[in-house]
Amino acid sequence: MDFFLSRYRNLTVLLIVIVAQLLLIAYQVKSNKDVALIRVWAVTAVTPVEQGLELVRRYTWGFVEDYFVLLGVRSQNEKLQHENGQLKIENHYLKSELATADRAQALSVFQAHSPSKTVAARVIGNGTGANSKVVFIDRGSTSGIESGMAVVTPDGIVGKVVDAYPMASLVMLVTDPTFAAGVISQKNRVRGTLKGLGQTKCLVDYAQNEEKVDEGEWFYTSGDDRIFPRGFPVGQVTSVRNGKTFKEIYLVPSGMQGGVEEVLIMLQGVHLQIPDNETATPGYKILQAPTEAAGQIPQPTGQQSVLTTDADRLREQYKQSGEAQHKGFGEGFVAPDFTKIQGIRAATPAASNVPTPSGTQPTPSPSRDRQEAQSKPGSTAPATPGATPAKATASPPVTVTAPAIPPTPKPRPTAPILVTDPTDADPDAVPPPVPKTDKPVKPPGGGTPPSRPPSANQ
Amino acid sequence: MSEYTERLLTGPSRKDKSERLRVIWLIIIPLIAILFQVYVPRFVGFLSYLELPLLITVHFALGRRGPISSVFYGMSIGLVQDSLSHQPIGMFGIVKTLVGYFAASVSQRFDVENPIVTFILSFFFYFFHQFFYWVLARALLGEAMIFDAQQTLLFGLLNAAVALPLFHILDKLKVAA
Repeated sequence: MDFFLSRYRNLTVLLIVIVAQLLLIAYQVKSNKDVALIRVWAVTAVTPVEQGLELVRRYTWGFVEDYFVLLGVRSQNEKLQHENGQLKIENHYLKSELATADRAQALSVFQAHSPSKTVAARVIGNGTGANSKVVFIDRGSTSGIESGMAVVTPDGIVGKVVDAYPMASLVMLVTDPTFAAGVISQKNRVRGTLKGLGQTKCLVDYAQNEEKVDEGEWFYTSGDDRIFPRGFPVGQVTSVRNGKTFKEIYLVPSGMQGGVEEVLIMLQGVHLQIPDNETATPGYKILQAPTEAAGQIPQPTGQQSVLTTDADRLREQYKQSGEAQHKGFGEGFVAPDFTKIQGIRAATPAASNVPTPSGTQPTPSPSRDRQEAQSKPGSTAPATPGATPAKATASPPVTVTAPAIPPTPKPRPTAPILVTDPTDADPDAVPPPVPKTDKPVKPPGGGTPPSRPPSANQ
Repeated sequence: MSEYTERLLTGPSRKDKSERLRVIWLIIIPLIAILFQVYVPRFVGFLSYLELPLLITVHFALGRRGPISSVFYGMSIGLVQDSLSHQPIGMFGIVKTLVGYFAASVSQRFDVENPIVTFILSFFFYFFHQFFYWVLARALLGEAMIFDAQQTLLFGLLNAAVALPLFHILDKLKVAA
């Protein structure tokens, strides 16, 4: 045994050590327990050193690492700032493109619906001069542009062409001090001359102090200057005060709000209707006027639609009555029997529920006349800017913009309208006797029948 | 047998056999190696392939040329490694015990001063260490460990490459006994 141990001492030690460790492993696996003592020693020996290393690392390598990280942060910050700048530029460019697309679309829509012949142009530069407000556009005489043409946008007038070059034109803006254009207010129809001030605001000059102009009121081109067609919005009044001779009316040009980028040059302008009591861009919905059945308003029919006053209606009634009695109205000495006029009989108090003929209708107000005229087919002027001047002048004013007011039936007259009022008669003439029979009565003195209907003064 | 081969097999393993590491270094160096293994891979992941405790065991065994001391030295390092792992204590101990024993036995027959021999021994003992640990894990613990021979060979080459300068540095710490 001793020989074996001495000869194989190393191997014996190895086997002992291996077997001991195998037993240790077997014990741990078998009992599912750990040799806590060895682990505690090992961990206790290692972890303090590890903590020290971590502390040293944190204050040495960590500091150096933070330094390099900060170097990276600096470069990264610069890179991000550069990228942020690029994105801002791109965002601004895209917004500009979007706004340009919107303006171009609005311009094309306006150009398509406007009766005037226009050419779209883009502002390519400003003119020199400290006080002058002129811009260059990319359309010139080759596009048909001539000096004196109006320059507008869908929002209003912008200026006028002062010089036309082959490939460009010089446009004087409405804010230029030498600019002038005839304008008219929307509500009170006050005329004036728009003058530029070299600022954002413009002055409406030559409006009398006695005339009424309200703040917020819109001015439109009057068409008097023969540059701008009538009916284009100019701007909204911001302040009004009386001056020495004329009112001082300041307004902001509506066509230049938000800058001028794309414009329309009017090669051939067409006058438009000035909207009645409506702004250029109303912010509310306008309801349609009530129908005839809803309001129960009898409308004049036939050729009476062209009559506008009671005197004309009565004259027509007299004429029809005279023709029915074979007596020419206004001819001869024998007056027709006016008591046979159907309207007079119908206009009795007992027959108040009977629909009144149009000839005896109470006199409507002018605005009501417009509503009635508008409600009739064929008599309404086009509300769009496509109305031609001829139509505009021949048709009643456009009232689609006016709020619909339900017509309140006025009290019907309790007595016939055609009542001979002694005070209305000619003081020199003898009052005609009241006819008791159907026999025509010759007027005294053989005078001619009155040349104008008695009701003309009513 | 050529003269070179004969010198490799029978020549002196160290220039000065009386040079040995101090005891304090025998404690600190394994501790540093273990700390390196458990700490550095946190920040430099690819250094986890380095098995510095194994290289320290091999260096000790080759230098001491004593199987018994190398057995205990390898066992101690292995047990500390086991203590810092989640495995049952003794797995690395057995493997490093065997490595210490065989390294000490080999050092008695080869000139381990030769870098080529050192490289080959380091490569061989790394492969042996990994393979035997895999065998023990499967045999004793029943764990389904995967042994990637190709990866093990590659890591063995890298450890052997690291062993050359490491052994040179450790030899500088030796003093005359």
